[in-house]
Amino acid sequence: MIEVCNITKRYGHLTAIDRVSFRVDKGEVLAFLGPNGAGKTTTMRILTSFIPATEGTAHVAGFDCAEQPDEVKKRIGYLPETPPVYQELTVSEYLAFVGKLRGFSGTELTKAMDRVMERLALGSVQHRLIANLSRGYRQRVGLAQALIHDPPVLILDEPTVGLDPKQIIEIRELIKSLAGSHSVILSTHILPEATAVCQRVVIINGGRIVAEDTPDQLSARLRKSEKISVTLKAPPVNAAERFREVPGVEHVLTTADPHTVLIECALGRDIREDVARFAVGHNWGLLEMKPVSMTLEDVFLKLTQQEDELPKSNDTTVGERH
Amino acid sequence: MPPVQAIIRKELRSYFVSPIVYVVGGVFLLTFGFLAYLYIVFTGAQAIQLTQMQGGPAQINLNDLVFRNLFASTRFVLLLILPILTMRLLAEERKLRTFEFLMTAPIRVSEIIVGKFISVYLIFVGMLLLTTLVPLTLALFSDFTWYPVFTGYLGLTLLGGLFLAVGLFASSITENQIVAAFTSFGLLLMSWLLAGLGSLLGDTPAGQVVSYLSFMEHYDHLVRGLVDTKDLVYYVSGTVLMLFLAHRIVDSSRWK
Repeated sequence: MIEVCNITKRYGHLTAIDRVSFRVDKGEVLAFLGPNGAGKTTTMRILTSFIPATEGTAHVAGFDCAEQPDEVKKRIGYLPETPPVYQELTVSEYLAFVGKLRGFSGTELTKAMDRVMERLALGSVQHRLIANLSRGYRQRVGLAQALIHDPPVLILDEPTVGLDPKQIIEIRELIKSLAGSHSVILSTHILPEATAVCQRVVIINGGRIVAEDTPDQLSARLRKSEKISVTLKAPPVNAAERFREVPGVEHVLTTADPHTVLIECALGRDIREDVARFAVGHNWGLLEMKPVSMTLEDVFLKLTQQEDELPKSNDTTVGERH
Repeated sequence: MPPVQAIIRKELRSYFVSPIVYVVGGVFLLTFGFLAYLYIVFTGAQAIQLTQMQGGPAQINLNDLVFRNLFASTRFVLLLILPILTMRLLAEERKLRTFEFLMTAPIRVSEIIVGKFISVYLIFVGMLLLTTLVPLTLALFSDFTWYPVFTGYLGLTLLGGLFLAVGLFASSITENQIVAAFTSFGLLLMSWLLAGLGSLLGDTPAGQVVSYLSFMEHYDHLVRGLVDTKDLVYYVSGTVLMLFLAHRIVDSSRWK
């Protein structure tokens, strides 16, 4: 549905994005993850035909974003970072305006408006001025605007920014429900969001794509060893050293809590049973044992802060490192 | 052209929800009425003086004494108030980030520009229609020739169109409404002063060109009842040129 091929955007001497390539298949939800200023918005603006790329091509539904902007605009629903609403209009006036710009009229327009207002639960506020709505409702009106023509491609620039936790969950549920029938690109700098709603994550930093994979695989790839956290009721004084006797254990780290130690072993090896038997055998009072997996947060920080330390292997990694 | 219609309706709605139209319209009508009152009272005083001097009823030309003066003064009122009406048109879209939405909607830039221009023009024409109360009430009590009044109104309609187009252009170059208003003041004042420069240069080719560029002379012709194609062409082409420039600015903002 969306194909981005080596696009670069320069503003004078500043390179906002540098040879970015990725693709989104039909019905897929892709997270565009990166710190502020990484080039997420620029990429989205190129995809919506708002600005042209300096180099490279981008296609939406088979149409070139620079050459056939009219065709592209028809097939995209776009929610910019700030919801593009007119404060002086009521919700239904605004949606009618958007619908007419999209070429709807008559009963067709009413139907489209009803459908989208139902989907976003805007019925109760439809006659209120947008100026008087809360941030969450405005965001929903912005989303309604992007969905009114039921576009095959949705581009959402930080759709949950500034919302309260309940609203965030609602919006995420909505985006999840769009998967399958719509291709969605969602930009965010909030990591759990990417894990919660997206099938694939593209991590962008400093205008370059540093990784692209599923959320699970991304964290798996960056894990260098398996870690287990073990909490004991009555640990021996030299618990760290004692655990090294268990076959397979490579490192044992003490933590701030004297009852808890972190045990590391080689990747792909499961030593939990041995560790448990060992602890129980010595009567140390095993209270808890759990695997420590790398969260997407760790992956993200690792990728965006210590790019040089990355294992240079996987073919899914696009772009060059410094 | 349904998108243009949608934009016109939305803009009219925005104007009438905000206080701008009421304030600008109120100030315009008040000023127009007050000017008319002053010229009429002044003319009356002159008539009394003439009657006393001649010892009989004096012939007073209302067209010359009231309407020509009134139309001449009105252009300065328009110069001051129309930029206030146009300053929000595009600058506000940029400020509130709705500009990106308009630019990514499946409509043409020309449709945006034309829709916005028509909406503000309709408001201006509405304001002008309300001012016709002055000649209509005057017609109840006195005699004057309607023709120059019509051409005067034609002049106002054309002049207003040009001013609004200049204002729309000024609004396209910035996201700050104050800057937009002052840019159009500046452009319009320059065009006014060109008339002075033109008369300074006299009947030389340069003088003629400079005079032609100013809106003053063309308007004077119409107020005096002279409908010349040259003047009509000046206003229509000037308006179209300013709208075209606004179109280029909006379109090029994508390339920055």
